[in-house]
Amino acid sequence: MLSMHLAALTAALPDGIDDAVDLARGFDDALTHGLGRLGDTEAAALEALAAALSAAPLGLAAAEAAAKVGSGSASEEGLGVLAAGRAALLGAVHDALLDRFDTALGRTRAAWDEPAPVPASGANLLAGARSWLHEVAVTGWRGVGHDLVAAVDPTVEALLAEPALRRVAMLMDGLAAELRASSPVATMARVPARRWGDLWSRAMLLTWQDGAPAGAGEQVSGRLLPLGVDVHEHPTGVQIQVHGVLESGDTRRLVRASVAAGKVDTIVGPAIWGVLDGYPVLLAALAGHRAVEIDGMTLLPGGDLLWSEDAAEAGEPADPFATARLQLDEATAPPVPPLERHPVRIAEPVLLEDYRIDGADLVLDDHRLRVELANLPGGGPLTPELVAASTACVGLVRWDAGGWSLRPLAVQATVKKKPVVAHGGDWALGPTDPKVVKAQARSGDAVTVLRERAGRLLRK
Amino acid sequence: MSNEDADDLAWERSAVVRVMPSAKARKLAKVPFVEMAGGRLQGVVSSGSDITRVYVSSIAAETHAYSCSTNNNRRCGGLSGPYRCKHLDALVKEAVLQYGAERVAAYLGVEVEPGGDVASLLDGTESGDNPAATVFNRFLRHLAYLELPAQTAPVPEMQWFPAGAVG
Repeated sequence: MLSMHLAALTAALPDGIDDAVDLARGFDDALTHGLGRLGDTEAAALEALAAALSAAPLGLAAAEAAAKVGSGSASEEGLGVLAAGRAALLGAVHDALLDRFDTALGRTRAAWDEPAPVPASGANLLAGARSWLHEVAVTGWRGVGHDLVAAVDPTVEALLAEPALRRVAMLMDGLAAELRASSPVATMARVPARRWGDLWSRAMLLTWQDGAPAGAGEQVSGRLLPLGVDVHEHPTGVQIQVHGVLESGDTRRLVRASVAAGKVDTIVGPAIWGVLDGYPVLLAALAGHRAVEIDGMTLLPGGDLLWSEDAAEAGEPADPFATARLQLDEATAPPVPPLERHPVRIAEPVLLEDYRIDGADLVLDDHRLRVELANLPGGGPLTPELVAASTACVGLVRWDAGGWSLRPLAVQATVKKKPVVAHGGDWALGPTDPKVVKAQARSGDAVTVLRERAGRLLRK
Repeated sequence: MSNEDADDLAWERSAVVRVMPSAKARKLAKVPFVEMAGGRLQGVVSSGSDITRVYVSSIAAETHAYSCSTNNNRRCGGLSGPYRCKHLDALVKEAVLQYGAERVAAYLGVEVEPGGDVASLLDGTESGDNPAATVFNRFLRHLAYLELPAQTAPVPEMQWFPAGAVG
């Protein structure tokens, strides 16, 4: 990514983006207030959201739903329609932002080819989740307290037990944990209205369409060259997403391989890799900066490789920076499945070099990109100091209310006149920093201790 | 608008913000489970002598009324007179390590000086009702997370939960 790319990326966005985000905000404020007792302002905000969709297929249903909710009768179907309306607006924002990114960098992206729909499963469990989401929306975030949060526990437990419903389960679990820690919400100084509006809307949509992967995908073989790993976690769940280039035949495609697992809140920092120990080939590729030979894995239409250890074999050493320099510009990016389109889904791998870091900004000529320095994951060696001393970075370009930002996945830096290279996945097989090893030895291995307890108590 | 108000607005309008600080790693062998939930600071403490036995300990946030018993619902022998047993003290100590003194104190409705001792601020007596069964079930549920089979189908919703989330 050169300075001209950064300039094109960060140039003023079209007005429509602000307008759409404002409409979502109106909905979020109504949700904070409670849809069961809307004032005129909130009712008007819902009508405005519906009006913005009037030309869309959803328009008529959205107008009806907004009117009904406005008059105090919020049905589950009505809330589903409004959640879909909000998602459609933010989906359009996503599309505009991703188009801006692709245009600015000259990234080629494959077109979305709508696959045949897969029938939804788990209807009963999903109905339970929907009913709780309905109650929460009617109550409003400001009215949420311990009892309402505790009421979702059995639902989340049942959802987690059903592998096909893992998406909605992990999402609702994460939302419930935030609400539990914030209860009673009425005493919070400020409510994360956009965030909870997002989480609520996505959960609501997943209760109608269950979140099965869009399309069956294709079988692929070839060589995966990892670029870096993005780590996601809430107190009781973790997901790693390995971004890489898949060489298969003559094609070069940007792909992601994910593993999601359960954990608990005391498993944090470097300990999280312990719950992913069923994936030694993938973790070794991260820790050892190696390619992986793939023999017959499923690649979903959205660019997600369904990782299978049986179809993977450790390959030759492959420096992610070399992959980024040589392959990133040529690789074709995957399309985003329609139901995943939301600005938060934007996480585009890029390589940046010969910049300087000024405070929290990366500067190339006069163009600035905010670096997510304050939230580097604790499971790897990246620190704000290392990023500040870096001269090259593989990272993910993201977008949020503050505009574009960069999440570093790996850096090349100079510390005390010596070159240092740090990748977020360097500790995938255990920390390599003696200080961290020592700290871990002091606190003991959380995963082993808890698994031993689980073995003793859960199977008595 | 002050800078602080502007920050609050940006926070309220961001998809990815930190709502609660993440727990700190701590040694789990002695007190494998601590949580602040359902109006109680509660958890499970290993027995020093018998590997198959655990103590279920809790302190009510509002009244500081405490209870401690084995997982077979036998009252802890260390509860005598007006004193908390060593399991309850261990529970508070580990909660402070996990959440920080400030958050534990806030949950229990007491004010602690920086570096102060939360346990010394609690003045409750033994509780009339014993939530041991509920707490022990919470512990089992907690452990069950480790038995969830990992899966490789992507969970796009986890994009809202980046490790070390901002703000």
